[in-house]
Amino acid sequence: MTQTQTSAATPTRPWAPTLKDRALTVTSILLAVILDVLIVAVTPLKGKIPYFFLFFILWFIVDSIFVYRAKGQKGVRDGLAAKVTLFGAVVVVMVVASILWETIHRGLKGINLEFFTGTLRNTSLFDPLGSGGIAHAIVGTLMLIAIAIIFAVPMGILTALYLTEIKGKAAGLIQFLVQAMSGVPSVVAGLFIYAAIILNTPLRSSAFLGGLALTILMVPTVTRTSQEVLNLVPRDLREAGLAMGATQWKTVALVVVPAARSGLITATILGVARIAGETAPLLFTVGVFDSYNFNPIKGDQGSLPTVVWRGLQGGTPESIQWAWSTILALLIVVLIMFVIARAFGTRQMKRK
Amino acid sequence: MSENITKNENGTIMSDQDKTTTPSSLSDVAGARAAGGSRVGTRALGTGLEARGVHAWFDKHHALADVSLDFSAGTVTALIGPSGCGKSTFIRTLNRMHEFIPKTSMAGQVLLDGKDIYESGIDVTKIRLQIGMVFQKPNPFPSMTIGENVLSGIKLAQLKVSNQSELMEECLTRAGLWNEVKDRLGAHAGGLSGGQQQRLCIARALAVNPKVLLMDEPCSALDPGSTLRIEETISELSKTMTIVIVTHNMQQAARVSDYTAFFLSDGGPGQMIEVGPTNEIFSRPKDTRTENYVTGRFG
Amino acid sequence: MPPMSVDAPEKAIPQARKITTKPRVSDQIFRGVVTAFSFSALVILSLISIFLLIQGFNTFKEQGFGFITGFEWVTFVDENGVETATFGLQAMLVGTLVISMIAVLIAVPLSVFTALFLTFYAPEGLKKYLVTVIDLMAAFPSILYGLWGFFVLMPMAEYWAQLINKWFGWIYIFDVPQPIFSRSPFIAGLVLTVMIIPIITSVSREVFSQTPLDRIQAAYALGATKWGMIRAVVLPFGAGGVVGGSMLGLGRAFGETVAVFSVLNIVFRSNFQILFTQGGNVASMIIQKWGEATPKEVGALMAAGLVLFFLTLIVNFLANQVVSRTVKSGR
Repeated sequence: MTQTQTSAATPTRPWAPTLKDRALTVTSILLAVILDVLIVAVTPLKGKIPYFFLFFILWFIVDSIFVYRAKGQKGVRDGLAAKVTLFGAVVVVMVVASILWETIHRGLKGINLEFFTGTLRNTSLFDPLGSGGIAHAIVGTLMLIAIAIIFAVPMGILTALYLTEIKGKAAGLIQFLVQAMSGVPSVVAGLFIYAAIILNTPLRSSAFLGGLALTILMVPTVTRTSQEVLNLVPRDLREAGLAMGATQWKTVALVVVPAARSGLITATILGVARIAGETAPLLFTVGVFDSYNFNPIKGDQGSLPTVVWRGLQGGTPESIQWAWSTILALLIVVLIMFVIARAFGTRQMKRK
Repeated sequence: MSENITKNENGTIMSDQDKTTTPSSLSDVAGARAAGGSRVGTRALGTGLEARGVHAWFDKHHALADVSLDFSAGTVTALIGPSGCGKSTFIRTLNRMHEFIPKTSMAGQVLLDGKDIYESGIDVTKIRLQIGMVFQKPNPFPSMTIGENVLSGIKLAQLKVSNQSELMEECLTRAGLWNEVKDRLGAHAGGLSGGQQQRLCIARALAVNPKVLLMDEPCSALDPGSTLRIEETISELSKTMTIVIVTHNMQQAARVSDYTAFFLSDGGPGQMIEVGPTNEIFSRPKDTRTENYVTGRFG
Repeated sequence: MPPMSVDAPEKAIPQARKITTKPRVSDQIFRGVVTAFSFSALVILSLISIFLLIQGFNTFKEQGFGFITGFEWVTFVDENGVETATFGLQAMLVGTLVISMIAVLIAVPLSVFTALFLTFYAPEGLKKYLVTVIDLMAAFPSILYGLWGFFVLMPMAEYWAQLINKWFGWIYIFDVPQPIFSRSPFIAGLVLTVMIIPIITSVSREVFSQTPLDRIQAAYALGATKWGMIRAVVLPFGAGGVVGGSMLGLGRAFGETVAVFSVLNIVFRSNFQILFTQGGNVASMIIQKWGEATPKEVGALMAAGLVLFFLTLIVNFLANQVVSRTVKSGR
């Protein structure tokens, strides 16, 4: 029998969309766009949003006509599902894009060097931007963050260590409590510090109290992320440490924690990002202040979120401009932390 | 018995040795099956399934090379061979399940009733209605009742069925499960044993009336009792459809199949070494590699 | 010689030995310290409850059940410095529910669609980018949502509200006593929607991506389209997770403060006509009244904080139960 030729074949993907399929998709989109523009021109709809909704509706209708002939009702439903899920994702992206764009667009107008170096000592939020700035608020926010880190990071990481290393009998309870704590509204955290400390001790509004309120909000985030990170440390590392005769605490301190180091830093940064923009607790515990106050335990502080808050409440075009520019500064800080947290997070992954 | 036997010999031409020493009881079993009576096709089965020069890649890795097999209508073909030689990959190219894994590609043709199922413009979901599949691990839908599971294929394909309960009973009977579940069709599928679940999956596959049934090691996760029952089912089913079964168990291949194809990978892509009537593969294999495998020297 | 027993001696199965080790002092200290810090969560939560209760106690005593069910919030100080007050939270509790429900009703479909898109439709590169976008959303400060909600969303939302009122005004909730559509529960609900989408999407996505592959393959092998497969396998599997995620979102919406305050006109009336400029939310009310609160009012606000605290605690507890039960059981 003659040997059938062994075809040295080239890989193909017959299921991939063909040129014809793509042409069909493009055609249906174009048709939808054209009909969209026509219909909006003829009817009394206005604004950008109707274009958007109408486009999806029209696209579905046009596409269904093509699909129905090839695949029947089943295919039409499948096509609808694909478009609806795409619609959802597009809406979400558009919202985020809008937030970013508007913040940059509106906030940038008020930004200049003075904005970052001056304070509100001689300027009020009702004055136009150009003189004065938020340097004091930046300092205040940094102090708040520092104090929150000092309290929240040890609490969070140690709690996570309890849950992953010691796994005692109370672990279930502690896990539940951490989850419960993550649901505490920011207002309640502020009220609590006020009720517990300001009403009962001689301490008054200060960065220290604000930091304490923020700690309550930060601990759950740090704990949860640290838990995830510590659980990623392979068990053999711990076993190696113990097998060498090290005590548990030495194993944890010298083997486990360093192995999870970048992840724990990520946990901290994520916690900071969570609280950096919190406004409500500060209103009860930190007050407002218009120039530098380097004393963390005494006296009101300026902070970025309260500047935004006051600007918004002020209601005049100038104060609102202050609000936008300050929130832009805050957003940049949060974004930077976000990026850094990601970078640390992926470094943790790569080491595995 | 039809005569379409395609051989792919890869350059090694074996002399027709007369193997008088029958290596094992496998050949006896296979021979018994071959002699066991005529099998009469009871309805038009089409012309069967044929693979021509099928290759498969996972990303850049060439997993399967140049497999050509002709599955005649109404026959049972077993695919045997050691792990990792491409049997499962091949069977998944037959109902276009291979393409679900990201970055895969293929070459060649698979013809159902003479038409290539990979042709552009074809509705792949219709292909899968005609070529059904039963998997290694029984996978009934746990959120549905037993009855709903059987009819799930009908519902997914939005087919019109004049009498649903009749169809349910027929499929469950053919799968050998009717008597055990007829009083609890409304119960959840998760409560069945492994063997029962697998028979439910068979019933589910039958409900859409496929021409071909592909079975990827359907009994490897089951106990011997369930295995035997399913093998009986396969014999019954082969009267009305074409069956291709991947199996690690050579005794099973000998028991249930008319034809057997031997797959092997020598470090490169998997290839089909030899195919033939089952009793011949086990008693007088033409390729040494086949012989080594069926006599247990490796694998 | 003592008689030897003829039978082979029975081998007794020994009892398991108790494994002990002398704990090292350093380890005991370690365990002690770590355990103590972990109980800080318990301590904090208890302290919150205690202190708010102490401050709010008088209010609960004086107002009784009326604190929850009453509608008025008035306080009057006469010339002698005697303060009489009536504090009732019902309007604010109703308002909180109304805007949170609006948020959940809109956010859940959008989040589920997005999660499905991410898990089953998006190509790899796009997926990573989209996940980043969603995580970013979760990181935005709430006051940013307040600003954006007021200046960007509200003008558009007012227009939509007018349309809805025009076409569906015959339904009670879409009717308005006067055509004022700014700072309404509807708009507050929309802002909350955007704020809770990230959490519902994340939880849904996690559940969807854990759908067992063999069931997915079973559906496809039966000739299902992608949507058929999602309906038959993914949605039944993920339903519990979606519900849990939605409840987490609900809990977040309950406690939201500054974002709601910026886009809602707080009035002490239960208002179900969501397009109209009248609404409430316990958290924002606390902020609103705080600045000029009389002594009794401070106590009342503390009491309100306690009520809010327990409300969110319950919702979050239930939500976490639902999520962990479905994600872990894999049913």
